[in-house]
Amino acid sequence: MFLDGYGPLLLAGTWVTVQLALLSLAVAVALGLLGAWAKLSHSTAGRLAATAYTTLIRGVPDLVLMLLIFFSMQIYLNDITDLLELEPIDIDPFTAGVLTLGFIYGAYFAETFRGAFMAVPHGQLESARAYGLRERQIFWRILFPQMMRHALPGIGNNWQVLLKSTALVSLIGLTDLVKVAQDAGNVTFRVFLFISLTGLIYLLLTTVSNGILYWLDRRYNVGVRQLTL
Amino acid sequence: MIDVLEQFWRAYLFENHGQFSGAAVTLWLLVLAISMGFVLSLFMAVGRISPRRWIAWPLWAFSYVFRGTPLYVQILFIYAGIYSLDFIKGTAPLAAFFQSGFNCLVLALTLNTTAYTMEIFAGAIRATPAGEIEAARAFGMSRFDQYRCVILPSALRRALPAYSNEVIFTLHATSLAFTATVPDILKVARDANSATYQTFAAYGIAALLYLILSFTLIGLFRRFERRTLAYLGHQR
Repeated sequence: MFLDGYGPLLLAGTWVTVQLALLSLAVAVALGLLGAWAKLSHSTAGRLAATAYTTLIRGVPDLVLMLLIFFSMQIYLNDITDLLELEPIDIDPFTAGVLTLGFIYGAYFAETFRGAFMAVPHGQLESARAYGLRERQIFWRILFPQMMRHALPGIGNNWQVLLKSTALVSLIGLTDLVKVAQDAGNVTFRVFLFISLTGLIYLLLTTVSNGILYWLDRRYNVGVRQLTL
Repeated sequence: MIDVLEQFWRAYLFENHGQFSGAAVTLWLLVLAISMGFVLSLFMAVGRISPRRWIAWPLWAFSYVFRGTPLYVQILFIYAGIYSLDFIKGTAPLAAFFQSGFNCLVLALTLNTTAYTMEIFAGAIRATPAGEIEAARAFGMSRFDQYRCVILPSALRRALPAYSNEVIFTLHATSLAFTATVPDILKVARDANSATYQTFAAYGIAALLYLILSFTLIGLFRRFERRTLAYLGHQR
């Protein structure tokens, strides 16, 4: 075959990339909601911590943060296990990738969610309270669905950037799509072919997620009047 | 932290063994990519919104490919992929160009930022109020003069906030330079790490440098925005 038998490996690498992106997204959304909540809270310490988190993380390239977190996390963990006289624990690149990407993009999501929460009219929450809904119900039935409408464009952008950032995790040793393609190219002397394929697969992933985002956007915008200019 | 700084501060900032390195290289990469990207995307943005399909469509495809794939893959494609082709190796000037990691990196960064900047500019041009263009036509301006005197000055101002973001992103993107063996800030940090084993200090100094550069750029753009967008009455 024209892939010299590297087809299944490429597919496996793609699957690793997709898993990495989706799990990081979950971590990032959770951290983002937490960050947005802290930024909008009344506690000064919470606001300060969240502001420091979003400002510092967004001012530094994700690659630098990734290397910083990945390598020093391992060293500090070794120190701790030495201190407690335990067996050293090796952080595998996949877990490290999920945690660092999630941590970095959590800062971007926090900003997105903060803006979206602020965009929900205050009267909506007041009337929900007036109807006697519980705080949980207010969040899931009133605040969240309306917030999502404003957050979706931002979420979409962040997701596209996050998806493309997964390529960097091959630099800390994860056998993802990019790493597989590089190895295959070096062994078969057909670097051009394999790197082009990698680009195409990423293009396919971004195209599919564009489609999903478009569908979600329409779903969350049901009932909003739209004027064409 | 102090001994890493003592040993490597020159390398982090500007030179290492008689070679430029660190922040100087990072800024040079940024200036090259941004200035070439700006000029290219100005022309391409005008083509991108052209009603002629054969002009607009290739430009759309270019931006779709470069915005849909990771920059790291683009660098690999240009640095490793193109150079592996026999036809490139056989043509002396092309081989000489693609052999240099620096050339490949600048090419990749420029094409990448051009794709994003072109979309920003094209969006801003599309958003030009119809009245402004009608007024320009009423004055009997040629198409070139319409763009030079009316459409572009107004569109570029509106594009400024989005464009400043793109510049910051490009600064962050230059950190991939070490994958093409270019000695930017992150490359120095890696060297410092392997020489001293002080991982947190080595990468932390790099992160701090990027932070300072980012905030300086953001500050400069804010000032510039306040001047050029003054007519909008922005208070911030």
